[in-house]
Amino acid sequence: MTESQATAEKEESYSRVQAARAKGRPTSQNFIEQITEDFLELHGDRCYADDGAIIGGIARIYDLPVTVIGIEKGRGLQESIRRNFGAAHPEGYRKALRLMKQAEKFHRPVLCLVDTSGAYCGIGAEERGQGQAIAENIMEMMTLKTPIISLLIGEGGSGGALALAVADQVWMLENAIYSVISPEGCASILWKDAKKMQEAARYLKLTARDLLALGVVEQVIAEGSPKDFSSVYNTVKAMLYQQFTQALKKPTEVLLAERYQRFRRIGSFRETD
Amino acid sequence: MLKKSLFRKPKNELEYQGEGKVQRPSVPDDLYVSCPECKQTLLKAEVEEHCFICPKCNYHFKLQARRRIRLLVDNNSFQELNAGLQPVNWLEFPGYEEKLTAAQQKSGEPEGVICGAAQIGGYPVALFVMDPAFILGSMGTVVGEKITRLFEYATQQRLPVIGYTVSGGARMQEGILSLMQMAKTSGAVKLHSDAGLLYVTVLTNPTTGGVTASFAMEGDIILAEPRAVVAFAGPRVIEQTIRQKLPNGFQRAEFLLEKGFVDAIVSRNSQREYLTTVLRLHQKGGAGRD
Repeated sequence: MTESQATAEKEESYSRVQAARAKGRPTSQNFIEQITEDFLELHGDRCYADDGAIIGGIARIYDLPVTVIGIEKGRGLQESIRRNFGAAHPEGYRKALRLMKQAEKFHRPVLCLVDTSGAYCGIGAEERGQGQAIAENIMEMMTLKTPIISLLIGEGGSGGALALAVADQVWMLENAIYSVISPEGCASILWKDAKKMQEAARYLKLTARDLLALGVVEQVIAEGSPKDFSSVYNTVKAMLYQQFTQALKKPTEVLLAERYQRFRRIGSFRETD
Repeated sequence: MLKKSLFRKPKNELEYQGEGKVQRPSVPDDLYVSCPECKQTLLKAEVEEHCFICPKCNYHFKLQARRRIRLLVDNNSFQELNAGLQPVNWLEFPGYEEKLTAAQQKSGEPEGVICGAAQIGGYPVALFVMDPAFILGSMGTVVGEKITRLFEYATQQRLPVIGYTVSGGARMQEGILSLMQMAKTSGAVKLHSDAGLLYVTVLTNPTTGGVTASFAMEGDIILAEPRAVVAFAGPRVIEQTIRQKLPNGFQRAEFLLEKGFVDAIVSRNSQREYLTTVLRLHQKGGAGRD
């Protein structure tokens, strides 16, 4: 790769990071409002609390009942504080799992909307088993007997995002990102300098196009103008309806075998005797 | 008859060298170790005899995977599986090859986990043991693939899985593919579990990040070594996030036991016996007594 290509790639990767985090970018609530009808929000994990960082409930996409679960960063400062800026606690992930199990019972497809800088790192989160909550979601989602689609609409921050992204298909908006670590975190570990995040963003291959090429996501949805998401909503709504109605026709064993294989094949290594 | 030499003046540098100049005896470095917890100087041989536990304060020393396997399984019963998987720098991440080479030299292993079939107390098991000397047990795609294959093997052979975890989390240098290993391994654990088979994890110091948030916390029975740090976000990350000092003992095994996230804390020198009992209790019974 030439130096100018590397520079262009670096700039592109980092501009996506900025776009994914931009203030005013539509959140899960916007998507729920624009692509579903009759949304009924359901609260609480039935164990500890209701985590504002995760919104969940039941709704319709056209005539199809679905369960929708979204990580919500909040619109405006007051709401963002209440929603902990989309950094969920264990009770948020447990609420999500409760609603997924409910969806399984009624054989409703599950839509997960992912937008988080990561699962919350704090005393309460650790005390209540952040790692265990995420692990359980990942494991249970792998064999949830109903179709699941995860759509990354903004930031896909590591395990906190994956806890809602074990699905039959994972889609990304054009300016969404998905990464094992934030570019700042990566740069500070690697070069002891968080300011080298642009460089890190390029190496991490966190853009939607990169991840499509790697087979980590199935679809990238074009965005157009950041001010007008109406075409995004329309596209997503139509795609979801089509994908869910198709998936509902599949025998459950086939659906689950395909879901397992989707993740099973991911990896890159050499094998010698 | 007395020999003259008995009365010779000491010449050896370890011995008396004149007024106020007593030198510390110099001994080979590898004879003694210092306990990181209680700071006592200990005879290395004695520590080794105690399963790498400090005889003074019960600190559990970091233990390389091969040594741990030797301490745990029945003699000569270990048969390694998938030893030939090697990592590649697919992201062309700067400095990753050098890091891998250094880790391979330090640990003497090609990657951060050793998997195989073995017997513990006469019971056949599938076993994986992560290696702290390999980038602190970080999980890249080879670790994920080896653990996944082990669970698939165990499901096929109808074997219980015993897993020892130690990890700094998902390996940054393999980017998103490392993250995906959390889903891949968890899927294999789930299929093993759904087949009605037993999985026991033993969390060792430290088990954090993506490993905690996947297969470490998915055991039917979750054990931990005394004082092991078990966390999603490590203590340093949390201190940076919330800008306050964490309470003493936070995220240690004892804390997790109190909060309900591990079944029991088991010292290294009794794990073999403990696991043997667990395995015995999972044998099919009730066939009737004569």
